[in-house]
Order: sequence, then structure tokens, then C-alpha cells
Amino acid sequence: MTDLLQFFSRHHREILQGTLEHIWLVGIAMLLAVGVGVPLGIVVAKRPWLSKPILGGANIAETIPSLALFGFLLPVPWLGGRADRLAITALALYALLPIIRNTSAGIAHVDSAVRDAARGMGMTERQILLQVELPLSFSTILAGIRIATVLTIGIATIAAAVGAGGLGEFIFRGLAMVNNQLILAGAIPAALLALGADFLLSLLERRFRPVRT
Amino acid sequence: MTNNPSDSTFQANDAGSPAIELRNVSYQLPDGRALLRNLNISVTSGETLVLLGRSGAGKSTALKLINRMLELSAGTILIDGKSTLDWDPIELRRHIGYVIQEIGLFPHYTVEQNISLVPRLERWPADRIRARVTELMKLVGLDTGEFLHRFPHQLSGGQRQRVGIARALAADPPILLMDEPFGALDPLTRGELQREFQQLEQLIHKTIVLVTHHVGEALLLGTRIGVMDAGVLVGIYSPKEFLTATEPVAAAYVANLRMYQRAEVKP
Repeated sequence: MTDLLQFFSRHHREILQGTLEHIWLVGIAMLLAVGVGVPLGIVVAKRPWLSKPILGGANIAETIPSLALFGFLLPVPWLGGRADRLAITALALYALLPIIRNTSAGIAHVDSAVRDAARGMGMTERQILLQVELPLSFSTILAGIRIATVLTIGIATIAAAVGAGGLGEFIFRGLAMVNNQLILAGAIPAALLALGADFLLSLLERRFRPVRT
Repeated sequence: MTNNPSDSTFQANDAGSPAIELRNVSYQLPDGRALLRNLNISVTSGETLVLLGRSGAGKSTALKLINRMLELSAGTILIDGKSTLDWDPIELRRHIGYVIQEIGLFPHYTVEQNISLVPRLERWPADRIRARVTELMKLVGLDTGEFLHRFPHQLSGGQRQRVGIARALAADPPILLMDEPFGALDPLTRGELQREFQQLEQLIHKTIVLVTHHVGEALLLGTRIGVMDAGVLVGIYSPKEFLTATEPVAAAYVANLRMYQRAEVKP
């Protein structure tokens, strides 16, 4: 235990560096995933005939083992050239499914009487979406983002396998050198990041939870 | 200007013109099942037409065709002499207040925000909106100090329905559609609201179509009562005519009413 603490304090600079890289990878990937996933979730809720292809596609991305997904993306021209691009794209693909699913579920669960009233009052489809449906499904969407973030923080450790850096570096090096301290130097901060993100996002989620009448 | 007598004739004629006219209106589901068959109703400006009938008789469907929440399968509906198909649906709905049984208040909006919804959509100036909200809350009997900033979940069923009615009246629409507006309330609250509603002066000049399966409500609020059964209008009566109607469905409603009256006088 004291050995581990000594190791951490001796290498705190590298660990901090790895943690920041990790946050960067996950952060950019999540921005992309939210930017693509929420609109797709809205499409799934509004256009049922598109829900099968979209959810199907996201489902397939989700089932590909992460290491294999990094491998698949390697030959893609613009992505394969840089490890961080490759890693961020793969992570964003993983994060998509929970975000799409929660966005569409959140919108679908808006009370139909509320939607009827909104239409009957003469709100346009756009006004209903922006002023009624999205605010009322905000906490469900946030729950999807929270699940995706925690998932992505874990999967991002594998990004080191393609040389994208992050906390996975320590884990892979530790595995290669059979050095538990090195493995823990990657695993503990990654776990703490996941717990921290989960906690902060759940606070936000609770803040926006709608009260059902 | 000469005092032309034909002016007043024209005026009187105009006041009695139909605000809503349904001509040969039919509606069927995509699977072919007919919910409304060949409906012909003319609602005079300023009257309260009650549509009375069982659940599934097509009453709510008729309302939803009027404000184009549903699209006609056949026939024509004229609002102020213009076919609903020629109205912009959004403009049409802002011209028509809509109250539903489930109320459908926005749970994330306060009472104030719920009531001011349509005026805000219509971009009224803030002080006019504030004045209108205060006026409406007074009208429906809600104390502004106490309720203005409450959310729907902090209200009782009766209070919520008051807010629902205030919201529908906010932009002073000339036509009001009410789908079982008092249906979800306990009998005493229902009675209170019906009585208050009947006395609301702001409603005197409005054209109202009210849907109910409650025969007492129909007699209390209707200037005419249209009886519907299985997608067909089987009769249309003044409240007085209704009580002596021989048409089976109407007669069944009257018999039902009498049953309760008799129950009351039993020792």
C-alpha cells in the first residue's frame, strides 16, 4: 500500500498527464456523440420508419468488441492517420446507442395529453419539440449521457492500444511488464474519473427531473 | 349617411350565422373503421352546443376534426365560413380554445406560464400578458398571490381544470372546444365548476362545442344538445325538447336521469 502511494507520488506528473489525455479523449468523443445522438434520438421518436435502421446501426456498433472496432477503423483514410482521431471516433460510436435510445424514450414518454394540449393550443411542431418535449425529457437524455460517459471512460483505456494515449498507457505497459503498480496507476484514476462523472451527471439529472402530475 | 334599415337586418342575420358548420363529415381510421358517418351540424355564433353520447360515439373525434387535430376523410367543415382546409392549422387552433379532460397542463411550467402560453406564442407585450393572466385567474377563481407561481403538481384536480380553462381563454378565442372538461373531477367539484362556468360572462358571446357523457351537464350548459351514437348524430334538441325526445338513445339518457331523481325521493 505504501509502495503504491510512493509510486503514485513519484509519478504524479505522468499520471496527471495521462488523466488529462483521458479526459480529453472522452470529452471530445462525448461532445460528438451528444451532437449526433440527440438529433438521431429525436428522429427515432418522430419518424418511426427510421427508428429501425438508426437503432440497428447503433446496436451493431455497440456489439463490436472495442479492440476490434479500433482495428476496423484503422484502414479508414482520414481516421487511420492519427491515433487520437481514430480513438475519438470509435469512442463516440460506442456512446451513441445509450444517447439515441434515451432521447427517443424520453420524448416518447411525454404525456400524450400534454402533447395534445400543446397541438390544440396552436403550437408548431418545432415549438412543441423545443418548449415541451425536450425540456420534459431532459433528465432522461441526461441519464443516457451519464451511462454513455461512464462506459466511454472505461473503453477509452483501450485507446492506448492504438497509441492514442490516456490512462490505458499505464495499464498496457503494466500488463506487458507484469507490474501491478503500473496497472493500478491507470486503473485507479480511470475508476475515479468514472465515479466522479457519474456523480456529477446524476446531480444534474436530478436537478432537471420533471415532476409528474 | 342615411339610416338604412337593411343595415340592421344584415347585422341580425350576421349574429345568427353559423360559426362552425359540419357538412357530410366522415372520419375513418386507416384500417377502414368509420368513427364518424355523414355528420351535419351547424353551430350558431354564440351558442353552446353539447355533444352527448357514450364513450366511442365519435364526440371527441368530431372536436378534433374541427381544430384539425385530425384530418377529414370526407365532407367539409367551415369555420367562420371558411373551410378548415383553407385555414393555416396553427392559425385555426389559435382561433379556437381547446380544453381536454386530462387538462394537459405543462408540468414544467408554473400556473402563470401555462395560462400565458398562447399570448406568449402570439408575442403580446409583457405587461399586457401579465394583466391578462391576473384577469383570467380572477375569472376562474384562483388567487394570484397564492397560485401564480405554483406548478401543476401542487394543485388539486379542480384547480388544475380552472387553470386549463383560463389557458384556453387566454387569447380570447371566439370559439371554444371542450372535451369532457369536468370529467375527471369528483361530483361536488364538478358541480361547482359547472355552475361557475355557466355564469362566466366572458363566455356569453363565445361559440362553444362541449363534449360530455354526463346528461345533467348537457342540460345545464347546452343551448342545444346533439345526441351521438356509434358515429352518427341521432338527434339534436333544445334542452326542453330533449326531455321529451322519443329517439331511443336520447330517451335512454332521460330515463337514466329520472332514475337518479327517483332514487333521491325514496324514504
